[in-house]
Amino acid sequence: MPRRVSLYSLTFSLPLLIWQLLFFVFPLVFLVALSFWTVKNFAMRPDFDGVNWVTMYGRAVFWQAYGTTFALAASAAILTSVLAFPCSYAIAFKLSESARRWAIFLMVIPFFTSYLVRVYSWQIFLSDRGIINVVLGWVGLGPFGMLNTVGATMVGYMTLAFPLVVLLQLFSLVFIDRSLIEAAHNMRCGRLRTVFEVVIPSARVGLTIAALFCFILTFGDFVSPVYLGGGDPTTLSILITDTTKSGQQWPRAAVIALTMIATLLVVAFVTVRFAYKGRSK
Amino acid sequence: MTQISGEELNRNRAVDLALKVYVVLAYAFVFAPIAASFVFSFNSDRFPSIPLGEFSLEWYQAVASDPLVWQGLTNTLVIGVIVGVVSTVLGFGAAYTDYRYHFMGKQVYLALALLPPTIPVIILGLAMLAYLSRIDLSGRAISVIISHVVVCAPFAMAIIRLRLSQMDPSLEPAAWNLGASEWATMRHVIIPFTKPAIFGALFITMAVSFDEFAVAWFVSGLNETLPVKVLGFLQGQVSPRINAIGTFVFVISMTLVILAQILLSGRSAPTVEKE
Repeated sequence: MPRRVSLYSLTFSLPLLIWQLLFFVFPLVFLVALSFWTVKNFAMRPDFDGVNWVTMYGRAVFWQAYGTTFALAASAAILTSVLAFPCSYAIAFKLSESARRWAIFLMVIPFFTSYLVRVYSWQIFLSDRGIINVVLGWVGLGPFGMLNTVGATMVGYMTLAFPLVVLLQLFSLVFIDRSLIEAAHNMRCGRLRTVFEVVIPSARVGLTIAALFCFILTFGDFVSPVYLGGGDPTTLSILITDTTKSGQQWPRAAVIALTMIATLLVVAFVTVRFAYKGRSK
Repeated sequence: MTQISGEELNRNRAVDLALKVYVVLAYAFVFAPIAASFVFSFNSDRFPSIPLGEFSLEWYQAVASDPLVWQGLTNTLVIGVIVGVVSTVLGFGAAYTDYRYHFMGKQVYLALALLPPTIPVIILGLAMLAYLSRIDLSGRAISVIISHVVVCAPFAMAIIRLRLSQMDPSLEPAAWNLGASEWATMRHVIIPFTKPAIFGALFITMAVSFDEFAVAWFVSGLNETLPVKVLGFLQGQVSPRINAIGTFVFVISMTLVILAQILLSGRSAPTVEKE
């Protein structure tokens, strides 16, 4: 087999490697270095000082934002997974082949529409004189203050993650061996029980990975918490943009960013371990 | 399924129906904001809500007469095309490498090739801004191109890799046995076979770049792309101009995606092998 390193093989393998080293690995490594720099008179200086870590970790605001962000992302992951499941289940098992293809195609479309525009559009629905309140007004209800609430943030998070979660769930559901389900039915296992004891365990890897992606996406999102949640409560992503954009406190922003990456790595590791638990093959 | 009593059958039908209604509701949730932005882009009211005002093109006119929007659009298009081409070239190389070679550290290579989209854009944006301004490359169009390629190349790689996996693995060795050099085989066998995926990857990566706003917001400085401009509108006062821009960009993105879709699925039957 061609194992030697030739000009030919390098032509294809090296460009991407070099690009991702230069512009992906190095920036992330630089972020680590940056977190030890110091800021004096609005100018950053290369240094090796733990002051940024001490400052940020000593602030109650930071830990509040951390708790908020984690709780929001975890709730979004669970809520989106639970709400997406009946949809994915129905598409996988109740639709015809061609309807399923259409359903998948339609679910892909949101990826190519601007997330910002969709969030703005939700403002039209949720604002005090927005579509939902007008409709509720017709039946004598409301108006309810829906914008700038945690609920609105959740709607935004779901706008971001719902299509991806459905698609990921779907891909794990369509590969379930149908004879397993028929066997369960033949043995007089009820519908709901079949779902919980056959379908969900068989699709566990895909379902967990879908929830993980939802967590990752929402954990780092700053658009929904700002433009639907009203910036309150503060999330880590809001803290990063504020720290970066106002003033030269990049080293502190780097501390937040690195803490987020570490959190995501731990969550991803634990989740994947759980997903494949008891599956040694 | 055998022997189901009438009552049970009715119950099953009801459950099936409920599930289908649920699917429709889920799609309504997903498409409500997209549809609303389309509808309200033609609506005259300053504060969009129902009942609808008059049909109006004023937001499109407002957008069209804003030189900053035109500049943003030009930036977006130029950046998008360059990002598409570079990402596809890099992605093709990586996909071919993964398809053909086994080497030490391949796992690391693949991780580098596929991981970037899983890093939150806000962190990537910050890292890029800090790093690129250190090497004097921030605040320019090139900074956006560099960062977008990092995010887009993995998509190109995945799409092209998928196509390569549909290729008969003996095709390439067959060409070598017939005396073709590696380069000639690449040119006459591999590239023709992967052509639909190459164009698919090109269009998809362009579409991803068109819509990316977070990293671009961090690194673009004064060279704002259109999505960054939209973010600016969003930060300012609420303006239905966003709907006009959104609808316009949606049409461009969808055109690219549908082109990609036609290319990827239209010729799924392998036609190239026969010489």
